[in-house]
Amino acid sequence: MSLLHMVNKSPFATTSLKSCVGHARAGDAILLLEDGVYGAISGTGAADILAGLGGDIPVFVLQPDLAARGLAEAELAPGLTMTDYNGFVDLATIHHATQSWL
Amino acid sequence: MKFGIVVNEGPYTHQASDTAYQFTRAALEKGHEIFRVFFYHDGVNNGTRLTVPPQDERNIQRNWTELGEAHDLDLVVCVAAAQRRGVLDSSEAKRLGKDTDNIAPGFRISGLGQLIEAGICADRLLVFGD
Amino acid sequence: MSDDAGMAETGGVVKKFLYVNRKAPYGTIYALEALEVVLIGAAFDQNVSLAFLDDGVFQLTKGQDTAGIGMKNFSPAYRALGDYDVTRFYVERESLEERGLKPDDLMDITYEDEDDDWEEKPSIQLVDRATLARIMAENDVILSF
Repeated sequence: MSLLHMVNKSPFATTSLKSCVGHARAGDAILLLEDGVYGAISGTGAADILAGLGGDIPVFVLQPDLAARGLAEAELAPGLTMTDYNGFVDLATIHHATQSWL
Repeated sequence: MKFGIVVNEGPYTHQASDTAYQFTRAALEKGHEIFRVFFYHDGVNNGTRLTVPPQDERNIQRNWTELGEAHDLDLVVCVAAAQRRGVLDSSEAKRLGKDTDNIAPGFRISGLGQLIEAGICADRLLVFGD
Repeated sequence: MSDDAGMAETGGVVKKFLYVNRKAPYGTIYALEALEVVLIGAAFDQNVSLAFLDDGVFQLTKGQDTAGIGMKNFSPAYRALGDYDVTRFYVERESLEERGLKPDDLMDITYEDEDDDWEEKPSIQLVDRATLARIMAENDVILSF
């Protein structure tokens, strides 16, 4: 059974992203939303948190939250997939349950 | 799919209620069903009709009320959390000896059992919080 | 709409509920109000587990004395959960170690196993991160606060 993990906090503010990555398993997906999108930027001190994930855990970023924060053109970590609220709904449908890393 | 939505934070201070609202709208537009939207912790503050946000900002309470009306949503404010924070309907206000009530249109106050029931009856339960 | 009558509205469906506790007590209300959900939820005969990780492990420490901060000490409520058939408290070992805590620093939480001659057993199960991750994935409804 796969989970959709939701991370809405900046990795510079809390350990939620790190804790999420520490518990995600192959087949799960991670969605970065709200302030969690800051975890998607490449070259930061937090970039290696996502780098620690296996290739079998896709990471999605909620594009409206990136754009709101002036990050629409920012360089993101490799391998992330942009999504929107429709995509968010689809992710919640595909995975068996969701876990919010608040 | 049937979704249960849990909103754990109040309006404006956190983005949680906005995100929950956007998700709920998108799910409805895709033809999914919303079993219930349950407001817990400070989330109960989404259900007061006394907010007066600036005119050029979104009105979060009105967004929920209108979405609720358009799609016959069950917007439930947790009674225990609401009493702690001062969100009351008229019967609660009367019963508790308060001189007014403040519940917004389209919201109803009920117990935590409604949250558990949403977990049982919905296919997916999503939590929006801090 | 239905009231809180319980099982009648839910048609005998039994799901696996996991309550995830990651926040310390008293600094915010999440730990207390999460416990309130668990207590009400106990009446619905679902398959319930609690997970304590990150700062959530602090909710279970012994010797909480709240007199000086003017708040109610709600930690005794964890010990009462056994009477409501809430008997699975998964505590993450790495989270304890990172915070300098030992299992001995935690409250003694037990339940009486009706399938084993009412023998008193510990509710707290220390699990490593990988095991807790697996447990999380096995649940149908994950509530975070």
